[in-house]
Amino acid sequence: MGAQLLHRASPALCLVGLLAAWEALVRLAHIPHYTLPAPTLVVRTLIDNFGSLAGSWWFTLQITFGALALAVVGGVLVASVFALSRGLEHALFPLAVVLQVTPVVAIAPLILIYVESTTAALLLCAWIVAFFPILSNTVLGLRAADPNLRDLFRLYRASPWQRLRLLLVPSALPYFVAGLKISGGLSLIGAVTAEMVAGAAGRNTGLASRILEASFRTETPKMFAALLLLVATGVAIFWSFNALSRALLGRWHASEKQ
Amino acid sequence: MPGRAIISLQRVDKRFATGVTALEGVDLHVAEGEFVSLLGPSGCGKSTVLRLVAGLERASSGEVASPALGSNPAADTAFVFQDATLMPWASVFDNVWLPLRLAGESRGDSRQRVLDALHLVGLAGFEAAFPAELSGGMRMRASIARALVTRPRLMLMDEPFAALDEFTRHKLNDDLLACWQAQGFATLFVTHSVLESVFLSERVLVMGARPGRVVAEVVVDEPYPRGAAFRESPRYHAACARLHAVLATLHAPVDEVLR
Repeated sequence: MGAQLLHRASPALCLVGLLAAWEALVRLAHIPHYTLPAPTLVVRTLIDNFGSLAGSWWFTLQITFGALALAVVGGVLVASVFALSRGLEHALFPLAVVLQVTPVVAIAPLILIYVESTTAALLLCAWIVAFFPILSNTVLGLRAADPNLRDLFRLYRASPWQRLRLLLVPSALPYFVAGLKISGGLSLIGAVTAEMVAGAAGRNTGLASRILEASFRTETPKMFAALLLLVATGVAIFWSFNALSRALLGRWHASEKQ
Repeated sequence: MPGRAIISLQRVDKRFATGVTALEGVDLHVAEGEFVSLLGPSGCGKSTVLRLVAGLERASSGEVASPALGSNPAADTAFVFQDATLMPWASVFDNVWLPLRLAGESRGDSRQRVLDALHLVGLAGFEAAFPAELSGGMRMRASIARALVTRPRLMLMDEPFAALDEFTRHKLNDDLLACWQAQGFATLFVTHSVLESVFLSERVLVMGARPGRVVAEVVVDEPYPRGAAFRESPRYHAACARLHAVLATLHAPVDEVLR
C-alpha cells in the first residue's frame, strides 16, 4: 500500500526534488538571475507578466491546434485517397516523404518569403511537421483490417460505405490515434520553430518571439517564464491525447491494456 | 445421395496467379441439410474449396454451384474461420448483429434473433462483453452465433476448433451438432482431425495434396443425436479405424514417391 503510493507519487517527488535542488543551488551559490533564475523567480515573473504573455500564448496555441487540425483533415483525406488507389499512393507518397525529411527550420525562411500572411506561413510550417505521422499511420491503419473480416463483409455483401464505416475506420483507429499522439507534440514544436525563424523579423507575437525578444534584453527570468508556458502546453497536449486514446481504445485494443 | 444438392462442384480446377495448382478435377456434392467433412493434410486445398463455395474465389475451370453464388442477396451462406474473426472493437452483441446489420436491419429489430443465437451457443448473458474479455472457446461460440443469426441454409466451417483444447473442442462439437439438428442447415466442415470428422459427419471426403483433389469418400452411417456415449462407443472407434485405413492406403504411394 505504502510502496504503491510511493510508486504513484515518484514522478512528482522527482520533479519537486529537482526544483528544490535548483532553487538551493541558485541561492547558495549566489548565481545572478540573468544567468540562471531560481524557480520561484520564474513563477513570480510568469505571474507578473501573465497579462502580456497570455496574448502570445494564445497565438502559439492557435498556430499549434490550427496546424494539427489541418494535419488531421489533410492526413486522413490523403490516406483515404491512397487506400482507394495504390497507383496514386505510389506516385505521391515520395512527395510526402520529401515534406517529412525537410527540416522545417531550413524551409521556414523560404515559406516566409512566398507566403504573404505571417500567420498562414507559420500554420504551413507547423502543418508540414504534423502532417506526416498522421498520414503514414492512417495509411497503415486502413490496410490493417483483418483479411478474414474483409472476406466476411464480402460474403454478406456489405456496401462500400458499410465496409468503410464498420470495418476500415475502426481497424484504422488505433493507428490514427498513435499518429495523433506524435503529431500533437510535433505541431507545437513546428509552431515554435517557425516562430523562431519568423520572430527574428520582429513581426510576431507568439511565445517563441517573446523568448527571442527577452533574450535580446537579457531578461532571462522572462525567457524561462515563456518556456514554462510552452512546456506546460506540451505536457497538456500529451496528457489529453493519452486520455483520448484510453477513452477510444481502452476496452478493446492491446495498446491500452493495463 | 438423399435430397437436393445445395453445393455442387464439377471438374473444378483452381490455379493461382503464382502458378500453383491448388485443385484439380474436384467433384463434390453436398445435399440440403447434410453434414459433410473435408479431411486432408495441410495444403491439400480444403480451404480453397470452401472459398470457392463461398464465392470468395473464382474457379479457373469447371462448375461451382452454391447459394453464395446465386443472385439472391439473402444471407443463405455463413462462414466460420479458424480463428473467431470477431471485430475487437465491438461487443459480442454487435458482432453477432453484424450480418443482419449489413442486410439493413436495425438493432431493435435484430435484438431477439441475436439473443436467440447467443442462447443457442451458450453465451446468453455475455452480449455486453468484448472479445478480448472472453476465452478462446467463448470467442468461437460468438463466431458461431454470428453465423447462425441469419438462419443460413449452408454453413461453411474452416477448421473452426483446431486452435482449441480437447475438452473445449468436444463440447463445441456436441453443441454444433445440436445447432445443426435444430436448424437443419447443410454443413461443409474442413478439418485435419480424423476423430472430429467421424464424430460430426454423415460423410467424410478425403482430399489428397499436389494437386488437391477428392480421393476417397467414407460414409459414417450412425444415427444422430451423437454425444459423449457415441464418442466412447466401439462403433465410433471402428469408423475411425476404417477412415485411418483408407488414409493409410492413400498415403503409401505418396511416401514411396518421396523416397
